[in-house]
Amino acid sequence: MNQAAPRTPQALDIEQVRRDFPALNQSVNGKPLVYLDNAASAQKPQAVLDAMDQYYRESHSNVHRGAHTLGDRATMAFEGARDTVRGFLNANSISEIVWVRGATEGINLIANGFYDRLGPEDEILISHMEHHANIVPWQMLAQKTGATLKVIAVTDEGELDQDSFREQLSERTAVFAITQVSNTLGTINPVTEMVAAAKEAGAFTVVDGAQAVPHMSVDVQALGCDFLVFSSHKVFGPTGIGVVYGREELMHEWPVYQTGGEMIHRVSFEGTSFQNSPYRFEAGTPAIAEAVGLGEAIRYLDGLGRDAIEAAEKTLQQRVNEWTADFPGLHPIGTSSNKVPVLSFTLDGLHPSDVGTLLDQQGVAIRTGHHCTMPLMERFGVPGTARASFAFYNTVEEVDTFFQGLQKIQRLFAE
Amino acid sequence: MTTSTDAFTNTQLGTELTIDEIRDGFELLDDWEERYAYIIDLGKKLPPFPDEERREENYVHGCQSQVWLIHHLDPDTSRLYLLIDSDAMIVRGLAAIIMTAFNARTPDELLKVDIESIFQDLDLMRHISPTRGNGLRAMVGRIQNIAQAEAA
Repeated sequence: MNQAAPRTPQALDIEQVRRDFPALNQSVNGKPLVYLDNAASAQKPQAVLDAMDQYYRESHSNVHRGAHTLGDRATMAFEGARDTVRGFLNANSISEIVWVRGATEGINLIANGFYDRLGPEDEILISHMEHHANIVPWQMLAQKTGATLKVIAVTDEGELDQDSFREQLSERTAVFAITQVSNTLGTINPVTEMVAAAKEAGAFTVVDGAQAVPHMSVDVQALGCDFLVFSSHKVFGPTGIGVVYGREELMHEWPVYQTGGEMIHRVSFEGTSFQNSPYRFEAGTPAIAEAVGLGEAIRYLDGLGRDAIEAAEKTLQQRVNEWTADFPGLHPIGTSSNKVPVLSFTLDGLHPSDVGTLLDQQGVAIRTGHHCTMPLMERFGVPGTARASFAFYNTVEEVDTFFQGLQKIQRLFAE
Repeated sequence: MTTSTDAFTNTQLGTELTIDEIRDGFELLDDWEERYAYIIDLGKKLPPFPDEERREENYVHGCQSQVWLIHHLDPDTSRLYLLIDSDAMIVRGLAAIIMTAFNARTPDELLKVDIESIFQDLDLMRHISPTRGNGLRAMVGRIQNIAQAEAA
């Protein structure tokens, strides 16, 4: 068990927290960096960099193989990280925690298991606000099996239309796959209730937790879902690794995704048998240092305290709301009252790419475009948006710098 | 080709206005605001783009903004004329610089233009680097391909 001791919730000292993130302390285009592209990828604390560095310096070898000390150390570090993730999601057992490259590969792994289960009478229910990673694998599955892809509507506020959900959920629903938090809008969906309803209808339930884990505690037992995926790099860990949570009863029987070394039980030319979960899904040498890094990122977050993180983000959200309440020409896309601090918006007369380029000149990093949610852009009738996405290490002053930067851009175009 | 020759030749970009003048203009500007105000102004010099040419085959993919590009080879002078359009103001400005560098040249002359060093001089290299999503590089590639095809 590598759990950090729980700390009493207290307000974060943001200036001190910022010193933990080397990348935040630099200048871009001659201005102090204001990093507001956290929903695309978050920066890494020194502790994560150190853990990976130390792993390579002192403990690196292949895992589950070596008849030697380094092999043991690597395996301990690797499996220790898996247990940290298990605790992070409140999963029952490490059999439920599979390493993948990221949330996208995770959804593909899950969808792969449905190819022999679904037929033309089945339906797959997703929503209009899904990331392409939670659309395309299901679309491919539907095309191959003859199943029908059904889509839950999104309201003008950017929330899931619960009537549309209830209308389309039926005993024909074989898979219900939904994002917990919208990457484009920031909306927090009522996933617990929706998963319960979908299970009641007899569906397998899949939750895309990629945008939720940086902002809130995610408890798979409380959610009650069959599967959940997330990516390490959005939760302050390294790129190249992510997680599939799957309920243990399902996972030992779930169809293997990739085959090769490590995932086998026994190989002969007459046939091959596979290991149990999680190893049956982990063919080849895994991303060991990255697993170690992710484990450290989780420990770092635990050290700060999830309550303190949520409180810091709430302060940022309030400041954003103060600005957007009276900002001529700015149109927020996604106005749910239940949001993580993400602001998707358009500015009158300006293309999002203009906004992104000119904010970059002022040291402010945001994302512009369709955010891998083209159907959602179509729903709101925009070619794309500019999106500022905040993390606990952002400051109120940075929120101000961002909005003042937008004012400057408006003045520039008004000339 | 439905668009008339006049629609192509009715521009100062690459004829009266040269890259040297743009380069001189840039040298007078100190901060990013002035530089980008100048780029945005250049974008306003793009000649009108005919609506009927906004078709799939004239669409330049790889851009965050929508970009269209058409060309016309004047049979009398053998000069290649371009028309570019975009819905993003900065991309329009950068397109105006690209047009100034390439427009009204013979295909052989066009292929000799070192667009990278021009963007380097203007300190706009990042806009045509391969990592950039706004598709300026795709635009340049399309123009060079056209010139290559017309030169052959």
